[in-house]
Amino acid sequence: MEFKVTSKAKTLTLSMIIIGAVFLAIGIATNAGDDHFLKRLLTNGLINSFFFFSLALGMLFFLALQYATETGWYAAVKKVIEAIMGYLPYGIGFMVLVFFALTITDGAHIYGWMDPDTVDPTSHHYDPIIYAKSSYLNKGFFWLRTVVYLGVYAWFWIGYKKRSIEEDRVGGTEIHFKNYRKGAVFLVFFAVFSSTSSWDWIMSIDVHWFSTLFGWYTFAGIWCSSMTVLVLLTMYLKKQGYLPKVNESHIHDIGKWVFATSFLWSYLWFSQYMLIWYANIGEEVIYYMMRIENYKLMYFGMFFVNFAFPMLLLMSRDAKRHFGTLTVIGIIILLGHWTDVYVMVSGGSMGAAASIGFIEIGMLVLMAGFFIRVILNNLTKGPLSPINHPFLDESIHHEI
Amino acid sequence: MADRVIYAMYDDDEVLKDGAKMLVAKGVKVEEVFSPFPIHGIDPIIGIEETRLGIFAFLYGLIGLTLATLGMWFMMINDWPMNIGGKPSFSYLENMMSFIPITFEFTVLCAAHGMAITYLIANRTLPGMKATNPDPRTTDDKFVMELRTSQNTQFSADELETMVKSTGIVEFEQKDI
Repeated sequence: MEFKVTSKAKTLTLSMIIIGAVFLAIGIATNAGDDHFLKRLLTNGLINSFFFFSLALGMLFFLALQYATETGWYAAVKKVIEAIMGYLPYGIGFMVLVFFALTITDGAHIYGWMDPDTVDPTSHHYDPIIYAKSSYLNKGFFWLRTVVYLGVYAWFWIGYKKRSIEEDRVGGTEIHFKNYRKGAVFLVFFAVFSSTSSWDWIMSIDVHWFSTLFGWYTFAGIWCSSMTVLVLLTMYLKKQGYLPKVNESHIHDIGKWVFATSFLWSYLWFSQYMLIWYANIGEEVIYYMMRIENYKLMYFGMFFVNFAFPMLLLMSRDAKRHFGTLTVIGIIILLGHWTDVYVMVSGGSMGAAASIGFIEIGMLVLMAGFFIRVILNNLTKGPLSPINHPFLDESIHHEI
Repeated sequence: MADRVIYAMYDDDEVLKDGAKMLVAKGVKVEEVFSPFPIHGIDPIIGIEETRLGIFAFLYGLIGLTLATLGMWFMMINDWPMNIGGKPSFSYLENMMSFIPITFEFTVLCAAHGMAITYLIANRTLPGMKATNPDPRTTDDKFVMELRTSQNTQFSADELETMVKSTGIVEFEQKDI
């Protein structure tokens, strides 16, 4: 069955884009003279381009994981995964745009290490700590790394997409085993460079601070929010009468992923927090001091929401099969993970000067509308369930 | 009324499942199935209620959580106040971070052990309990389906026997109880 974007969805996404754009324009117009204007604008650019890029990246990772483990049950939702993954080129585009804007403005006080003054020993703003890190954190090497990360992600995405269409056409197991090998290679690459890319893109905002756990923590957030998007989109399509091969057991399984990755994220959040709290070393606790002083409600509130909601409300088997419960929790924890990214980025760049206003809301709504529109459009480009996936039969009879 | 129990033995779980489906479709009540391993999808066919073990696990977890909190509060704060990580605040709430790992572990410990013991009691398989399965071979490579005439009064014993025998069994046994 071919998917058609309903006129209601079209109106909704279009109005989200328009409202977002209007809010953003109001925000820009009223704040243009502020001291922190450029920093604020680019902070929001970084937050939203990273958040929505990470949803697509999370799905790319998840698909590679399914290929590498030769999983069967997911076959019926494979095209849904690929549709979300299809936002990747747009996500990469926005990321490159924001990094470009940050580079030409010398970091805009977000990436302090991009500012040439901080590494110039004769300057008033000279920072010996940044200077010591400058062989790694400099514009040239940063761009080299960014291009490699994004290029490799895009390359894998193109390959998976091409082979998925090819598999529908010719069938057989040759493509499956090729995907299997490519999945394993991707996981090795991703295991190392998802960490380093989050250090480069996010952790380097708090340039004096470091945490070896940071990469896994960011990755867990990415994984959890992308699984939430998957379950929301699958339920939406199911409600619309599509995906006849997807049954309650598939929804239950994706719900379990949301539940489990929420715990993974909470576990890593806590591990990072507890070790730094216990050791109580000035250069480490500064990260949390900043966030607790200026974002107390948001910071602990989002931890509570992202941990307690899925734990208490998704624990029972029935809840993971109930569309209403899953939808409400899904939307709440998606907002929770956006807040997580917001505090991660904004806490480092804006610090005490941060506030939620037209710019923040406008850009979020604008990007969310665009993201939804892109993934819905991606769904129209092909059949909604794979035709020749070797595990399709197993997936149709999935029962837990 | 005299009750007669019928044991039908199979050597393949899929054959048993198909047989059970066929019998249930005809209105026969299957009392129990004995198998060396869990047969996927047999529960809804013979109408076994969904397990409540999960609810018990949650309750055991809550007990563990409470015990761990109380225990640590008594030992580390009340009875012998400890200087935790150079922060001598002697308050449970302020030192909560350092108590969470143990709280978590103890919750898991209680939930897991409680669940395992409850499972063994519910199945009457605690060490030393007398085995209740009809044939020792059901712990090896055979599968047994148990029917009772008292639960299938609409059929005569002979009718039941014919129906059961047509489902691909390898052995048939019945006895009055």
